[in-house]
Amino acid sequence: MQKKTFQLLVDNTSGVLSRISGLFSRRGYNIESITAGVTADPRFTRITIVASGDNEILDQIEKQVAKLVDVRDIRELDPQESVFRELALIKVKATAADRQGIIAVANVFRANIIDVGAENLIIELTGSQSKIEAFLRLLDGYEILELARTGIAGLCRGVEKVVYIED
Amino acid sequence: MNGAQAMVKCLELEGVEMVFGYPGVAICPFYDSILDSEIRTILIRTEQNAAHAASGLARVTGKVGVCAVTSGPGATNLITGIATAFADSIPLVCITGQVNSELIGSDVFQEADITGAAESFVKYSYLVKRAEEIPRIFKEAFHIASTGRKGPVLIDVPIDVQNAPIRKFSYPESVNLRTYKPTVKGHAVQIKKVMAELERAKRPVICAGGGVLLSGAQQMLREFSHKYQVPVVSTMMGIGAMQTEDDLYFGMVGNNGAPCANRAMNDADMVIMVGARVADRAVNQPEIITRDKVLVHMDVDPAEIGKNAGPTIPLVGDAANIFASLMETEIACDHSLWLQTLYAYRQQMQEKRSPNPAFVDPARFIQKLSGRMEHDAIYVADVGQNQIWSCKNCIVRDGKFLTSGGMGTMGYSIPAAMGAKLGLPDRQVVAVCGDGSFQMSMMELATMRQHNVPVKIVVIANRYLGMVREYQKNTYNSRYSVVDLSGSPDLSKIAEAYGMRFLRLQDPDREDEAIEEFLRGDDSVLMECVIDPMDVVK
Repeated sequence: MQKKTFQLLVDNTSGVLSRISGLFSRRGYNIESITAGVTADPRFTRITIVASGDNEILDQIEKQVAKLVDVRDIRELDPQESVFRELALIKVKATAADRQGIIAVANVFRANIIDVGAENLIIELTGSQSKIEAFLRLLDGYEILELARTGIAGLCRGVEKVVYIED
Repeated sequence: MNGAQAMVKCLELEGVEMVFGYPGVAICPFYDSILDSEIRTILIRTEQNAAHAASGLARVTGKVGVCAVTSGPGATNLITGIATAFADSIPLVCITGQVNSELIGSDVFQEADITGAAESFVKYSYLVKRAEEIPRIFKEAFHIASTGRKGPVLIDVPIDVQNAPIRKFSYPESVNLRTYKPTVKGHAVQIKKVMAELERAKRPVICAGGGVLLSGAQQMLREFSHKYQVPVVSTMMGIGAMQTEDDLYFGMVGNNGAPCANRAMNDADMVIMVGARVADRAVNQPEIITRDKVLVHMDVDPAEIGKNAGPTIPLVGDAANIFASLMETEIACDHSLWLQTLYAYRQQMQEKRSPNPAFVDPARFIQKLSGRMEHDAIYVADVGQNQIWSCKNCIVRDGKFLTSGGMGTMGYSIPAAMGAKLGLPDRQVVAVCGDGSFQMSMMELATMRQHNVPVKIVVIANRYLGMVREYQKNTYNSRYSVVDLSGSPDLSKIAEAYGMRFLRLQDPDREDEAIEEFLRGDDSVLMECVIDPMDVVK
């Protein structure tokens, strides 16, 4: 099993996300994460998909997605030449005694405390997947009440491979 | 002008001559507007058959088939027809009425999320939100359905959108789809490689699929095959791409194919797949065509290439276009030794049947029937044992052989034959089905009668769901479960009820005269052809 990150540029039409996720489910492809958001040009949406499978499957994923009428571009994001980020929101149970310890760990990771309650904290952390996982491991001694992760968003470095939108 | 009038106007501008369908409240504005148009409407008797009829018309005329049904059950009934067209890449535009836009999502009467439900069976779908979008959407729909790898496109139009006024109707001259640009022309480098390999190959074979017919490349394939003396086999969907009596044609491949065709594929050192998916029924062990062979895979859909078998040379493009480019190269090749081997196989590997003399032998019957049909006749095979007998024995010359290959939808032949006859009224059109598949579509005899569509129908009758029975015989040790068709109607009375000529054939000695009688004149005939109930394909 290999993992690949695909970056898609799609028409911002209603149902485009369901068409793409539907394709994955009906063909039995593994999707690890999917994120979507409108681009600088509101006619388009950028989608980042992390998929896993053997080489043939990953090749098929690329071709089948490319075939969808709404998909303008799909390409693999080469890990060497791309940047990836994920955002995680973590609600941790924090008694007065625990609080300082948690804040100290958060500071090391440059995470932000974005909400403080009498018995909990909400931490915001942005980074690579491995950074988020490392942070979660350090919180192992504490009780994580809720966790929300966005999945990976990515962009390729430089200007050579930019897909320009022409009419 | 309102939305419904705009829809009709779009169809007129696309050159649509006929719409198959079934009205209901949600599509009534459209069916009201079409009264003011020259477009002919055909009331089919169940929605699934609207798509099959449109498919038959599309496959013989090369145009996009159009059907229009109402919301809810009308739309959901259409799905099997859409899926059948999708599996065989047949260009359709399917229009469904939808409930009032404001009520969508509230489960009102006859509401179904048809764009959602049909998503995996359509090439693309639209839910029209505003009447102003109608011209653009229709233009795009016809373009998407008929280009690249063809397929059905669904347009769901809420009733209020059909009724909404449009200030100014203007039909776009071209489509502007930023995201959809199919590759038609083959890559020059790959084309060179193919010809270089062909020059080296000792035992090349072409396997022609439905893509050859969809691209209208039959003539190019035949020229190519003869020019370079390359033998041809076909998939089920590729039957008729070569004339079946052509010396260079060796039959259909696959589980149910001709032994010499499969042998040709196995022994070849170069296999050229054209417009074929390398699907399980045609090539059940893809490694056979890749191991020790040069595999060239040409298809207009890049996703098909490498899906089931990794080719040596992938070649994306339209079959007609590619053959034209390939033939620009002159190469020296001599495959006479290979052809001699194949001719010998063809002689030795004739399948021996041992027909029961008390009944008609369906294999021989289909050979005779198709052999005596007009040279450009359309033969529509249904699904089941009858389909396999048809595939193996049907003689196709300048006409076409239609069947539901990918989906294997029973009941396809009668509505598809009807659509074919309406598309090409001067052609002889014969549908051959079993008694199971006949009963799935026999309500369309009324449509044929109402709209005066003279289709000739053969029912290969064995009072069984024969294909399943044969499977149960081989796989479940003859424990037959739910395959007995007792209770089937007296077909002579059915024919009488629908005002058709009727013939019944059981005595093999009467075959010739019965076929002559059946094919005489351009009228609707129902022929019941009684075969041994326990007859098998293999």
